[in-house]
Amino acid sequence: MIPINYYIILSAILFSLGVVGVLVRRNALIIFMSIELMLNAANLAIVAFARGWEINTGKPFFEGQIFVFFVIAVAAAEVAVGLALIVEIFKSKRSIDVDQMSSLKG
Amino acid sequence: MTLELIFFLLLSIIAIATGLGMLLSRNAIYSALFLVLNFMTVAVFYLLLGAPFIAMAQVTVYAGAIMVLFLFVIMLLGAESLPKAEVLPWQRPLAITLSVLLAGEAVLLLITRARPAGDIAAPDAAVNGIDNLRALGEALFNHYLLPFEVTSILLLVAMVGAIVLVRKEKRVP
Repeated sequence: MIPINYYIILSAILFSLGVVGVLVRRNALIIFMSIELMLNAANLAIVAFARGWEINTGKPFFEGQIFVFFVIAVAAAEVAVGLALIVEIFKSKRSIDVDQMSSLKG
Repeated sequence: MTLELIFFLLLSIIAIATGLGMLLSRNAIYSALFLVLNFMTVAVFYLLLGAPFIAMAQVTVYAGAIMVLFLFVIMLLGAESLPKAEVLPWQRPLAITLSVLLAGEAVLLLITRARPAGDIAAPDAAVNGIDNLRALGEALFNHYLLPFEVTSILLLVAMVGAIVLVRKEKRVP
């Protein structure tokens, strides 16, 4: 028997690791991967909560899984467009360092 | 301490370690491979939570399609690692402090306010059976048919967008 709280704590830790990645790394691709990690942590929390609801009420509850399914589809779409943008930025600037993308700085 | 709990703790250690490995490795390819391992452990968590369909979708879509796309772009750009550059000295400690605060706050609020009660037992055979999957499919295609169809349009738009973005500029005559 695993308490649901443990899943929530794990999800919070994974989410925070993703936040650190977005804040600290300069490689745009790794920032993107950190965003995926955060989405994944949120999905884990959703499924854990749905399962907890299922166990507490004793009825099947599919909404959690369906929501996670939609999140996965949106993540796939986001990655396709985001990576296309990164490729395009690399073509014009020859770098994917986010610190270099400061053309709009006053 | 039951066997199940030991299994859970072992998997959590793998998940957190691979997340840290993704953050810390200098080479972007290593980061991507660490992230694949992380997605696989999360898929095992979904199996433990009685969501086999989501677990398989995780393996095929995340660990399969998305990460292959990442590896493809990393190798295409040759952007495994960036040259050293000066960074703001206060940025890293501040980011880590704020993230630790965020994690603590999230845990505190989710546990005291949402109050998820109860223990999750390992799923029995019925949860992984075909009836459960059939019921999931019926819920998806009856109740949530419109969002499902909207998702297909979203994927189409993303595909067209990606093609338009990376296409070569045509000269206007």
